[in-house]
Amino acid sequence: MIDYDKILPERIKGIQPSGIRKFFDIAQSVEGVISLSVGEPDFKTPWAARKEAIRILEKGRTAYTANSGLIELRRVVSEYLKETIHTEYSPEKEIIITVGGSEAIDMAFRTMIAEGDEVLVPEPSFVCYSPLVTVCGGTAVPIVTKREDNFRLTAQALKEKITPRTKLLVLPFPNNPTGAVMRRDHLEEIADVLRGTDIMVLSDEIYSEMTYNGEKHVSIAEIEGMKERTIVINGFSKAFAMTGWRLGYAAGPQPIMKQMLKLHQYCIMSSPTVSQFAAIVAMTKCREEVDKMIEEYDMRRRLLVKGFNDMGLDCFEPEGAFYVFPCIKSTGMTSAEFCERLIYDKKVAVVPGSAFGESGEGFVRVSYAYSVQHLTTALGRIREFIEEIKK
Amino acid sequence: MNKLLDLLRQNARLSNAEIATMLGITEAEAAAQIKQLEDDGIIMGYTAIINEESADETRVTAIIEIKVAPMKGKGFDDLAHTIMEYEEVDSVFLLSGAYDLSVTVTGTSLRKVALFVSERLSALEGVISTATHFILKRYKEKNHVFSEDTTDERSLVSP
Repeated sequence: MIDYDKILPERIKGIQPSGIRKFFDIAQSVEGVISLSVGEPDFKTPWAARKEAIRILEKGRTAYTANSGLIELRRVVSEYLKETIHTEYSPEKEIIITVGGSEAIDMAFRTMIAEGDEVLVPEPSFVCYSPLVTVCGGTAVPIVTKREDNFRLTAQALKEKITPRTKLLVLPFPNNPTGAVMRRDHLEEIADVLRGTDIMVLSDEIYSEMTYNGEKHVSIAEIEGMKERTIVINGFSKAFAMTGWRLGYAAGPQPIMKQMLKLHQYCIMSSPTVSQFAAIVAMTKCREEVDKMIEEYDMRRRLLVKGFNDMGLDCFEPEGAFYVFPCIKSTGMTSAEFCERLIYDKKVAVVPGSAFGESGEGFVRVSYAYSVQHLTTALGRIREFIEEIKK
Repeated sequence: MNKLLDLLRQNARLSNAEIATMLGITEAEAAAQIKQLEDDGIIMGYTAIINEESADETRVTAIIEIKVAPMKGKGFDDLAHTIMEYEEVDSVFLLSGAYDLSVTVTGTSLRKVALFVSERLSALEGVISTATHFILKRYKEKNHVFSEDTTDERSLVSP
């Protein structure tokens, strides 16, 4: 009989299961729950992209592609990056098509992190960074972002955490779960701290298309002197409603991408072929659909921000992604208590902020990747819940 | 494209406050814009989208294609106006293409609707021919999908 506990490395066993996973089990145990907890679009992939996938399958294009992805797709991504973040990347040498943004994050970590390196991770943020850093032998160092700074990373907070061992800063904006964005002047401040150091930046820009209040997303890569120290991660999941196609990309300096490609080649071989063909169409022919989705998200965002503030839960106005992050401290409950009771009392599922790092305590993440009707129903139930606990 | 109309097309029961929030205008502005659209005859009314065949099994709807003989000095308007007057008639459209008028008729049985067409509509002056198509099932109407399978396939909770 094998003692599995003995053969499994501590580094793996030590990884905490995601707080989201625990919460999922609770939500699933209650019949008839309506959810505001998903991190993926409610829209379907634009039809033109789906049709292209069907056509490609009919033509029998089912073989591997080049390791770094179809050159046509890399060219399209290069054009897209030039247009959106005004930064030029060589399709041949500086772009790799990956299995979702997640793979790109993992590969970038594995390429860059050596034993003992410190990786700065602003929190609250997406759940994967710290565990993946740990697996590489690195140490994830959280940097708390605060409500009073609209959950932005400040130069001051960054400086405080930099040590001689700091290898990398993760910059997850627009942010899941807070919806915070970094505008150009905020990024300039961060760049001022990093220029002249050997610290690299992993800029996870998966929500880049979802920015509101008129201003478009700005990447740290387009700030002077930063392209050479930045790996941009993005993908098709959120912008083009293509989560299930598993397709993302990384763009960065050639010496790093060259190493990363070796890993990608050994692990993945190449990203799904059909998805890559569909992605070309999504990126070149579906602008109108994307704009429509963003406009729809924007309306829902306003509805939720006002809804939560009206019921007395302080909710800062997020300017990106598709989440709002209201503060529930006034109820006297912890995030986890609030979410559990909301499920049992009113059958509405929102995610405890604490699932995204300790600093998320006192907040809950509410997704607006749902129809207005769904959101209005759920808001109504949350309002009842708040009124009942006040009594 | 008028965003307010778009919102109302999707859901006419949104409150003025909700509409105002979503469009980033004040509630008074939303109310004023809606009133203007009503006064201008752009918003003609508010109704529910009902899956009629599910709501009332005795209710039958048919779409009637009508070919009309062109008459000197008269367009299609006269005949359309005559047809509009019948309370069995829900809608009347003038169309391009193989036939001229499309008329939606509702009744409590196939027989009643068929008789209405043969006795009333076919008999009208200027009507050359009619073809009656009964609606058997509604899949989608006004952008609302009627099929049973509209469940959210996404996981209940995801990061």
